[in-house]
Amino acid sequence: MKDWPAKLRRIRALTLKETRQVLRDPSSVAIGVAFPLMMILLFGYGLSLDVTQVTIAAVDLDASSDSAALVGAFRLSPYFRVIAAHSIAEAKALVLDRQADGALLISSDFSRRWHLGDAQVQILVNGTDANQARIMQAYAQGPVASWSAEYAGSVGNVSTGPVVVVDRMWFNESNDSHYFLVPGLIVLVMTIIGAFLTAMVVAREWERGTLEALFVTPVRVGEFLISKLLPYFGLGMIGFVLCLLAGKFLFHVPLRGSLPLLCLASTTYLMVTLGIGLLVSTVVKSQFLASQLVLLLTYLPAMMLSGLVFDLRSMPAFIQAVTYAVPARYAVALLQTLYLAGDVGSVIWPKLAVLTAMAVALLVLTRLATRKRLF
Amino acid sequence: MRSSLYRILALVQKEFLAVLKDPRSRTIIFLPPILQSILFGYAASFELNSVPYAVLDQDRSAASAALLSRLDGSGIFHRQADLSRAGDISACIDSSRALLVIQIGQDFERHLIMGGPAQVQVVADGRNSNTAGTALGYFGNVVDGFNADWRSGHGQAGPPVQIVMRSWYNPNLDSRWGMVPSLIGTLTLVGAMMLTAMSVAREREQGTFDQLLVTPFRPFEIMAGKAIPNLAIGLAQSTTILLIAQFWFHIPFSGSFVVLYSGLGLFLMAAVGLGLLVSSIAATMQQAMLYAFLLIMPFALLSGLVTPVTTMPKLLQSLLLINPLLYALDITKRVYLENAGFAQLVPDFVPLTVIGILTLSFAAWFFRKRLA
Repeated sequence: MKDWPAKLRRIRALTLKETRQVLRDPSSVAIGVAFPLMMILLFGYGLSLDVTQVTIAAVDLDASSDSAALVGAFRLSPYFRVIAAHSIAEAKALVLDRQADGALLISSDFSRRWHLGDAQVQILVNGTDANQARIMQAYAQGPVASWSAEYAGSVGNVSTGPVVVVDRMWFNESNDSHYFLVPGLIVLVMTIIGAFLTAMVVAREWERGTLEALFVTPVRVGEFLISKLLPYFGLGMIGFVLCLLAGKFLFHVPLRGSLPLLCLASTTYLMVTLGIGLLVSTVVKSQFLASQLVLLLTYLPAMMLSGLVFDLRSMPAFIQAVTYAVPARYAVALLQTLYLAGDVGSVIWPKLAVLTAMAVALLVLTRLATRKRLF
Repeated sequence: MRSSLYRILALVQKEFLAVLKDPRSRTIIFLPPILQSILFGYAASFELNSVPYAVLDQDRSAASAALLSRLDGSGIFHRQADLSRAGDISACIDSSRALLVIQIGQDFERHLIMGGPAQVQVVADGRNSNTAGTALGYFGNVVDGFNADWRSGHGQAGPPVQIVMRSWYNPNLDSRWGMVPSLIGTLTLVGAMMLTAMSVAREREQGTFDQLLVTPFRPFEIMAGKAIPNLAIGLAQSTTILLIAQFWFHIPFSGSFVVLYSGLGLFLMAAVGLGLLVSSIAATMQQAMLYAFLLIMPFALLSGLVTPVTTMPKLLQSLLLINPLLYALDITKRVYLENAGFAQLVPDFVPLTVIGILTLSFAAWFFRKRLA
C-alpha cells in the first residue's frame, strides 16, 4: 500500500472540511449539544406516567352517616380531591368540562343494603385517557378498603384475602420511571444526531452538485464516506456523554453493567443510524425527501416501536414482526439491560450481533449506491 | 382586492405544483400518515396482551394447582417454564424469558386451610417498570378472583362492599380509542410544520425567494401563498387519519364534524404559522428541518400523547401554553369521543387563534423586512 499516506491526507482534509462545516452551522451545534440537553430536561422533569391526584365528583344519593363516612375516606386519600355533585348528570357534566376526572356514585339504598351485607358503590371514570382511567380505578380500591376495614369491627365482618401477593420489582425496586427512560433517552439522542444530520448533509451535496465536483478529484468513495462519518460520529458521542453524565449525576440511575460494553453498544447503534442517514440521502439525493424519510424510518419507530414507551409484547403479531426491523428495538433492550440488569450475555451478544450486522450492511449498501452513481 | 386574490391564487397554484408534481414528493406527504396511523394505532397501547411467566411451585398442592390453572386460563398469562430451584429465578428474569416469576412456598395450602393469609411471592422484571406494574396488576386481579372463589367455597363472607367500575365514552377502556384520534393532531403537526418551514427554506437556499420578493406580490400575499397550500395539505392529512380511525379501527365518532374541523383549521393555522416562524430564522433546508424538529420534539412529548400533562411541573405547564398540539389533542379526543361542543372547547380555540394570528403576522412582517 504505497499510497496510504496520500489516502490518509485526503481523509484528513475532507474530515477537516466537514468538521468546519458542522461547527459553523448553528443548527448542527444545536442538534449535537442543545438537543441532548433539552431531551434530558424533558425526560427528567416533564415525563411521568404516574397520576398524582385525581378529582372525583361524589354523588351521594343515600346521604346517610355510612355513605358520608365512605366519601370521607376518599377525602382522606392523598390520591383524591373530592368535589360534591347532586346527580349523576351533574357529575357527567363536570367530567365533560374537565372539572372532574371521574365520579363516585353511592345509590340511595346504600346504607340499607350495607346492613344486609351486599352494598355496592360505583366508580365511573372518563375513558378518553384509558391509561389514567385504569390508574384511577386502582386508586379507588384504597379508600373503599380502608372504610370497610374501619367499619368491620362494628358491622359485618371483613378479612384480608386468603391469598396475599407479595411482589418485588427487580432492577427498579423504587419503581422510578427514570430508570427506564434514561436508557431510552440515549437511544433517541443517537437516532436523531446520527440519522438527521448525515441525511441532510449528503443530500445537499448532491442537490448542489458539489459531490460531482468532488468526484473528479482523486478522492475515493470510501474516503469520502469516512470523512462524512467521522465528524457526525464525534457529535453523536458528545450527545452520548451528556446523557451518560445526566443519568449518573442528575437522575442517579445505577449502571449495573460495564461501562465499556455500554459504550460499545451505543457506538454500534450510532453507526447504524449514521448508516441509515447516509444511505437514505445517497438514494434519494433530495434534502426534502431525505428529511421526511429519515423521520419516517428512524425517529418515529424509535419512539413508538422500540419498546421504549409502549411494550412490544402487547402489540399484534404483524406489528411485532415489523419491530424486528427497527434497530432501536435492539438498542433499547441492550441499554435497558446494561443499565439495570447488568452484563447478561444471553441478551447482549445476540442483540449486539444484530446491530453490528445492520451497521455493516447499511455502510456496504451506501458504498455500493455511491459508486454506481459515479460512472 | 380582486387582483390581490388572483395573485394569491397564482402563488397557491405554484406552491401546490412545487410540492405535488414530483411523484416521490406526493408519496412522502401522504403515505407516512397512513402507515403511521395504522402502525401506531396498533402499537401504542399500555395494555398487555401477553405476560410470559415462570413458576416455582414448592407446594405442589391442589390449591396451588388451582391458582395456576386460573392463571393459565386467563388468556393473558403464558407459562414459559416450571422452575425447580429458587436459584433459577434470576436467570429466567435476566434473559427476559419471563416477565414475572411466581413463587409458591411449600406451606401455601396449609396456611390457606388454616384461614390464611397464604403468601405468593412474585418477582417482576422492572427494566420497564411501567410494564411490570401493569403485569403485577393483572396478577392481582387473578388472585382476587381466586380469593372470591375460595371464600364462597369455604363458607366465608365476601367483602362487605362491592365496587362496580364503569367507564364513560370508552366502555372497554381501550387505549386505542384515545390514541388514534390523538394521532390526527400529532402526525399532522409534523407534516404541516416541516412542510411549511422547508418550502420557504428551499426557496431561500435556491435563491428563488429573492426573485419572489421582487415580483409585484405584497408580503402579505406571499405569506398567504405559502400558508394556504400547506394548510390544505394538513387538512387532507387529518382527514385521511380520521377516516382510518373510523373505518379501519372502527372507533365510533360521536362528535360534530363542524366543531372538529373548526378546531383543526385553527390548529393548522398555528402549525403553519410556527413553520413560517422557523423558516424566518433558517437560511438552509438543513436548518429549517432541524429547528422545526427541535420545536416538534418537546411539543409531541409534552402534549399528553404519552404521559399526562397534569403531572408535569407547573413551570413546564405554563411554558406549554404555546404548544398548539396540547390544544389539538384536547380538541380531537374530546370531540371524537365525548361530543364536546364549542362551549367546552373555548379554552382550546382561543390560544390556537392567538398563536396563529401572532405567527402569521410575524411571517408577513418578516417578508416585508427582507424586501426592504
